[in-house]
Amino acid sequence: MLFFSYFKELVGKEVTVELKNDLAIRGILHSVDQYLNIKLENTRVVDQEKYPHMLSVRNCFIRGSVVRYVQLPPDGVDIDILHDATRREARGA
Amino acid sequence: MVDWRETISVITNDGRNIVGILKGFDQATNIILDESHERVYSTKEGVQQLVLGLYIIRGDNISVVGELDEELDANLDLSKLRAHPLKPVIH
Repeated sequence: MLFFSYFKELVGKEVTVELKNDLAIRGILHSVDQYLNIKLENTRVVDQEKYPHMLSVRNCFIRGSVVRYVQLPPDGVDIDILHDATRREARGA
Repeated sequence: MVDWRETISVITNDGRNIVGILKGFDQATNIILDESHERVYSTKEGVQQLVLGLYIIRGDNISVVGELDEELDANLDLSKLRAHPLKPVIH
């Protein structure tokens, strides 16, 4: 639940999503849901030479189950707040 | 059923790329595609298109669903595109 809330805060920012098939897609985070499925807008595949498979795709939905990493913008995380929130959740509060 | 005509490009967990008209979907990302075809990438020749027709793809097996921009796609010369097929997803 915590990371769902966290990703919702990132909506509108540019992120790079690396999938478990090594494909990396950069785009503006449009939305995220409870499964951490991600919708990106204005997408570009990071290595288009190697992966031309999505050349004519500008908006996409990525299934949460295939996401390996989400690279965030440098100002995308307030570590202190996230620390507090994870501790609170671990305590079950 | 959805009543708009939206062409989508699906990348499956086994690395296949299927393009078709979105007819329906559900919470589990199961997808119904009509007039679908598979785009087979290879390094030896251009992209081959295999006709599949009406297809249901189980959500489990779906990685990415992309909205196909018809204009961009019309400008793509698939016969000149060379690439390795996408790798399968390893969980």
